[in-house]
Formats: sequence, C-alpha cells, structure tokens
Amino acid sequence: MKWRYLRQGLFFGVVRLSALIITLALMGIIVFLLLNGFRAVTWDFLTLPPTDSMTKGGIMPAIVGTFYLTVGAISVALPLGVVSAIYLTEYAKQGRLIRILRVGVNCLAGVPSVVFGLFGLGFFVVFLKFGSSILAGALTLGILILPTIIGAAEEALKAVPQTFREASLALGVSKWRTISRIVLPSALPGILTGAILGVGRAAGETAPIMFTAAAFFTALLPKSIFDEVMALPYHIYVLATAGTHIEQTRPLQYGTALVLIALVLGIDLIAIVLRGMVRRKKRW
Amino acid sequence: MTSRVREIIIRNLFAFLAFISVMLLGLIVLFLFREGLPLFKQISVNRFLFGSAWYPTYNPPEYGIWPLIVGSVIVTAFSCLIAVPFGLLSAVYISEIAPAWIKEILKSIIELLAGLPSVVLGFFGMVILAPWMQETFDLPTGLNIVNASLMLAVMAIPTISSISEDALYAVPREYKEASYALGATKYETIVKVAIPAALSGISTAVILGMSRAIGETMVVLMVAGGAAAIPRGIFDSVRPMPASIAAEMGEAPFQSGHYHALFATGIVLFIITLIFNLIADHISNRFKEEGSGTL
Repeated sequence: MKWRYLRQGLFFGVVRLSALIITLALMGIIVFLLLNGFRAVTWDFLTLPPTDSMTKGGIMPAIVGTFYLTVGAISVALPLGVVSAIYLTEYAKQGRLIRILRVGVNCLAGVPSVVFGLFGLGFFVVFLKFGSSILAGALTLGILILPTIIGAAEEALKAVPQTFREASLALGVSKWRTISRIVLPSALPGILTGAILGVGRAAGETAPIMFTAAAFFTALLPKSIFDEVMALPYHIYVLATAGTHIEQTRPLQYGTALVLIALVLGIDLIAIVLRGMVRRKKRW
Repeated sequence: MTSRVREIIIRNLFAFLAFISVMLLGLIVLFLFREGLPLFKQISVNRFLFGSAWYPTYNPPEYGIWPLIVGSVIVTAFSCLIAVPFGLLSAVYISEIAPAWIKEILKSIIELLAGLPSVVLGFFGMVILAPWMQETFDLPTGLNIVNASLMLAVMAIPTISSISEDALYAVPREYKEASYALGATKYETIVKVAIPAALSGISTAVILGMSRAIGETMVVLMVAGGAAAIPRGIFDSVRPMPASIAAEMGEAPFQSGHYHALFATGIVLFIITLIFNLIADHISNRFKEEGSGTL
C-alpha cells in the first residue's frame, strides 16, 4: 500500500521536474542573451547601418527589412487564411472534398521551412522572375504562415455560438451578411491573435528567406519591392558563421539576437495576453 | 444583382480561395520536381539516395546523399529521445496535476518556447553549448550530433507537449472517475487510464514532433558541424539534409548539377515530412470519434 503512494510521489516529482527544466531552458536562453546582449543594444545600434565591413555600426537595415518582409507576409496570408477558414467552418459540408482540403492544410503546415525556401526560389525568384526580392520573400513567408492563420481563424469562428447565426438567419438575413456582420466581428479578436502569432513566426524564420530575399549587406534601404533586403535572422546567421571577424563581432551578434527575440517573443506575448483577455471577457 | 446570385458567387469564390492552400501544396511539389528531376539524367536515383559520397563541387562531382540522410535520421532520433519524455511529462503535468495558475503560466512558456526563432537556438548552441562541450568532454569540436539533438529537442518539445496535452484533455472524465472509484491512485489513473486513452493523440504528437525536428534547418546548419560523412560516434559532426541545402544553395551555380541535386534533396526531405504528416493525420482522424461509449 505504501509503495503505491511512494511511486506516485516519485512520478509526480519527475513530472514536476520536467516542467521545471523546460521553464529553466527558456529562461536560461533569454537571460543569457539579455546579459550578453544588452550592452550592444544602444540607440545607434538600432538606427545606424553596419559599417567597416559589418564589424561595427548598427542593424537598422535588417530591422527595416524584417519589417517589410513580415508586413508583406501577413498581408498575403491573413485575407487568404481568413477566407479559407470561413469556407471550412461556415460553408463546407463534410465530405471527401473537405477531407482533401484539411489534409492539404495539415500537410502544408508540416512542410520544412527550407523546402519553402526552395519553392520560393524555384517559383517566385526564377519562374516568375521576381529575383531575390522583398516580394519573393514576403510571398514565401506568407505561404509558410498560411496554415497557422487558417488554424487560428477556424478556431475563432468555431467558438462563435451557433445561436448567433441562427438568430440572424431567422430574421431573414442572408448567409453572407450573417457571416460578415455577426460571425466575423465576434470572431475578430481570436483571428487577430492568430495573425499576431503568424507575424511572430514570419519575423523569426531564416531558411525561407535565405534564397528568396535576404541580402548579406545593403548600405541603402530598399526602394521597391523588387529590392533585396537585410533581415534580422539572416544577419545573425551571417555574422555568426561567415567571414573572418566572427570573434570580433560577437557583441553585434548578441545584440542582434537580443533584438530578434525581444521582437518575436514580445509579439507572441501580446498575442497570448490578448487571447487571455478575450477568453475572460467573453459574454457568451 | 439579387442577393441569391451574390450568395452563390461568394460561396464559390470562397471555395476557390480555400483550395489555394491545396494548390500551393501542388505547386510546391511541381517546382521541387521541376528543378530537382534533371539531376536524374546524370545519375540514377539509387546512386543519389544510397551513394556514400557527397562531393558536389569535385570534378567529376559525386551526389550521394546517404550520409546526409543518416545525419538527419540520427539527430532526429536523438532529439526525440530527449523531447518525447519532456514533452509528454510536461503535458501530463499541465493537464492532470498542475494548479490552474501554474497551468496558465506553463502553457504560455511552452508557446513562447515554440516561438523562439530557430536561428537564435542555433546561435545559442554555437556560442554556449559548443565551447562548453568541447572543453568538458575534450572533443575536437563542440558542433556535433549531441549538440544538434539537444537544440532540436528544444524545438520539438513544444509541439509534442501541446498536442499531447490536447489529447489528454480530451479523455472523458468518466474514465478517470471510474478509475478513482475502483480505488486507483492518481498515478495509476494517469498511467493506466488517461495515457492509454490518449495514445492516438500522443502518437500524433510524437510524429509531428519528429517531422518538425527532421525538417528544422537553422539549428542543424549552425551546430551539427557539417561533415558529410557517416558518423562513428555521438560526438561526431554530421551534415543533415536541410543543412546541406541551406549551406550550399547560395554557392551552387544556377541550373548546375549541384543546384538540381539540392532540389532533389529537398524532394527527399519533403516526401519524408509528407509521410509523417499523412500518418499523423490518419491516426488523429481515425480515432477522433472517441466518445464515452467507445474504447
């Protein structure tokens, strides 16, 4: 009898320990980057371009590039994702076609990021002749986050009570008006959360933009969507692995990594907090 | 335009737009093959997959990706050895044991961990883990299988944990209550009732975690060491497939054999993850209708 409770205590201990280790892993990575990076992150670092063959100066072009790529990606993925989710939850009836659609979305979600990069290279850069550009990179990232957006939007739409739709339809309102005036506004905060998470994901990805958009170094800011850009994740990779000044540019690497995780985790945190607020405020 | 016509137009338009994601999947396949298949005019599929030498820049070049496949499989397997217990145990903790407030915090932490950019993990592995490992174990290099597996595990844990947690959460209350009513302890209920009942979801979680690990690029690019040879021990360097693609695509001349070989490697990687995802989809779909009447 005693052994049964001892075993339980032991198991609970192991379970708690694993949760603790995961927490410490995240904290460890963040604290380590903070400690090493905070000295590098100054106002000049954020607002100046790199100088002296990227051994000094700041990361402003990379911040701007990541901003453009991310905004481009979300403006492709959000409309498409929301429309897909509306079709899946509001219009589609269960059947073979829908099954194919679901499997397709799930498989798209599982495609490795480097394969998205290859696809972006083969399709956008080479076949459509966009060249290595903001346009090609943003479209590639947009496809990458599409499944995330679809999933979040679907969940938000499903959470709208069926009675809302029935009440509207009972008043003689057409299906589309019901969706656009009743269902979508109720689901909006949830959809927004998904969009923010998508932005965070797009901002941190490296492999999809390596061959489609990212430049080693640009002195000037991009002038059109057909220009190459620097991007924060790629900048970290370049500084940390290429060139002859790897040790010398360590502070710059830490600084860039800190800016990137502050950006990405900040965005994710906003989404998490927002979602919590939506759930608590829900009146239905 | 009458509202009836408008309804029909909207419905069909939405259906079309929804199928764009499936079409994109088709386009990905099309363009991978378009750029990858020309390689097989030069060498046979067999020689490509099982050839043991990857010397794409030699003259004549050798395009055997067997060492790359082995590298991918090894780091994925090792990372799962770490990620599966951590992912599953943390899921058990969140869904069965933790008080509500810890549960909320821990779920957020796991979500943040999932959001950590892979290049940052790669960087961490390079500047912290690698030098430490090299000194502690007196190795020629800290960029090796163990380091890459550890960092990959960090990426796979959130996937495994959150999907397993959903699966555990979906186990009907009655099962657990019946178990308690028979006098089982909480431990016995978790291990003998909840986990077996959630097994299909947990398997899905593990498969998707593996899929995530094998396709992950930046971590293996930065910390696996990059040696395109069959490793002899766990502290050897390897060059998994995604690392090879990412590292070499920039230098491979356009439309050269090397370029086609990297796309062909992409096809292999794509097919592997596609199979993983189809299996996961099949499992989760097949066992979905599991109410209190079944089992």
